[in-house]
Amino acid sequence: MSRSIATQPAIGNDLADPAPSAGHAVLRFEAVSKTYAHNAARTLLRRGMLSWLTRSRTSVFYALREVSFELHAAASLAVVGANGAGKSTLLRCATGISAPDSGRVEVRGTIAALMELGAGFHPDLTGAENVMLNASLLGLTRRKTCEQFDRIVEFSGLADFIHEPLRTYSSGMVLRLAFSVAVRVDPDILVIDEMLSVGDIEFQEKCVGEIKRLKQGGKTLICVAHDLKLLRNLCDRALWLEHGRVRMFGPCSEVVDAYEAAPAPGVSD
Amino acid sequence: MSNGSLSLSLPASSGLDAGRGGGNLLFLLQNLVLKDFRIRYRNMSLGVLWSFANPLVMMGILTFVFTRIYPNPAVPNFAVFILCGLVPFNFYSLSLNAGTTSLLDNQSLVKRVRCPRRIFPIAAVLANCLHFLIQIALLIAFVLAFGYRVNRFWPWLGVVWMLEIIFMSGLSLMTSVLDVYYRDVRYLVEASNAVMFWLVPIFYSLEMVPQRLRLLYLLNPIAAVVVAGRDVLLHGKPPAPALLVPMALVSVGCLALGLVVFGRLERNIADNL
Ligand SMILES: Nc1ncnc2c1ncn2[C@@H]1O[C@H](COP(=O)(O)OP(=O)(O)OP(=O)(O)O)[C@@H](O)[C@H]1O
Ligand SMILES: [Mg+2]
Repeated sequence: MSRSIATQPAIGNDLADPAPSAGHAVLRFEAVSKTYAHNAARTLLRRGMLSWLTRSRTSVFYALREVSFELHAAASLAVVGANGAGKSTLLRCATGISAPDSGRVEVRGTIAALMELGAGFHPDLTGAENVMLNASLLGLTRRKTCEQFDRIVEFSGLADFIHEPLRTYSSGMVLRLAFSVAVRVDPDILVIDEMLSVGDIEFQEKCVGEIKRLKQGGKTLICVAHDLKLLRNLCDRALWLEHGRVRMFGPCSEVVDAYEAAPAPGVSD
Repeated sequence: MSNGSLSLSLPASSGLDAGRGGGNLLFLLQNLVLKDFRIRYRNMSLGVLWSFANPLVMMGILTFVFTRIYPNPAVPNFAVFILCGLVPFNFYSLSLNAGTTSLLDNQSLVKRVRCPRRIFPIAAVLANCLHFLIQIALLIAFVLAFGYRVNRFWPWLGVVWMLEIIFMSGLSLMTSVLDVYYRDVRYLVEASNAVMFWLVPIFYSLEMVPQRLRLLYLLNPIAAVVVAGRDVLLHGKPPAPALLVPMALVSVGCLALGLVVFGRLERNIADNL
């Protein structure tokens, strides 16, 4: 296969209609593949020079292989699969944090992502400072951030801790803050990677309520979780990844049933 | 599966991203610079005092060495002379170190949010401008205390210092992205700081450099900032065009090159952090 290390991904503004409306695919993956070089020493200059001199190719590992699917506005997608199946990689490609090696990712609208363990927070800043920083990272203007600030804090239920450094927060508290910012920036697509599981029952219910409200507003959700009950409750579509390939894509209950019934394959490699 | 066509279309002109590149990019930059300040000063009990301590100690030592051990009678007021060299050099070494590691230092942000990544090294350089300003204040205090007077060429200092910031931004763009792929880069940068200390006329003057090497010296913007600073502050004359033109060209060229290199290598940053 020829790996085309292409230039910068074209940041397309060819999308005439930024506001997603039903019937339009808001997210489309077309034969997306993502590979990682499998050698731990790749970050050493010596190694880089050696492989450049000898032109040796490091062994390539497919985290995503020919993944294609399409998601419409107001849909909600669950992504399931074993550890290392490529779920987080798929979300990183969707959000534009990583670029695929080949294939095409099309996104219509804006994305806010709660990726594994944190959503772009700095541990040494206080909760309040992180809210400002995170909102600006997500592209919010200063005026909008200030307008939303009180609502973000209120929704998180962290008013008493908002001036404490983030490193003192419990993981559930981090989730609360991250989720509160993410829903307030009002993204067209909300991506959640294994974050909800650390919230307590009360906050999970709040999140589920908020997510359902977003869905009613025509927003799209992509959710990775190992809590299948939660996924059944939240999602209407599901994508089952196995060793980076799509094993199944369809209505949530069908896919999750099949996934549950399948023998555990162990960590994919 | 040789699917050459590879494109990632992300909306640039909608909702959240509307105005990216304008007001909210500035808001992001401001937040990142503030973050660097806060983190640095929260973890230091002496805070801003450190910005004074380093150049004062260096100035004391170098003045001792070059007035008592290797006396240099050609240079009057050696302490101020040294400080003129130390201040731009300190900004160079501090901002380059911070800029080089900026993407790794911010990996909790870079890995989780899609945003224009070139903002990180630039914010690191700008955050170091506070130190730079404090040290400039110290320098000016010394200049006045030694009896030099304000003259009409002082505004030139603003120009050369701006050029240094531009130069450092360009350099940091390059080293930061290279450091993501090859972590040795930061050690190379540290080593090059030590080399730079000798290559910049800090404890000697440009006049002591052999004539045919001077042109080479002036291609180094940091050396040029030092020489221009002494011209204006100590000799009361404007920086020569032969000094300013190469410095401006190299600085702006470095920023342009930095943006190009960063753009080329930016693609796989998140995967290699
Ligand atoms: N930055 C990286 N460099 C090298 N390999 C990577 C990188 N990120 C992911 N991988 C590899 O890609 C594969 C898929 O990883 P991914 O994080 O997508 O798994 P996942 O499905 O999210 O698993 P989990 O359920 O444990 O979160 C893993 O085998 C991992 O080793
Ligand atoms: Mg994962």
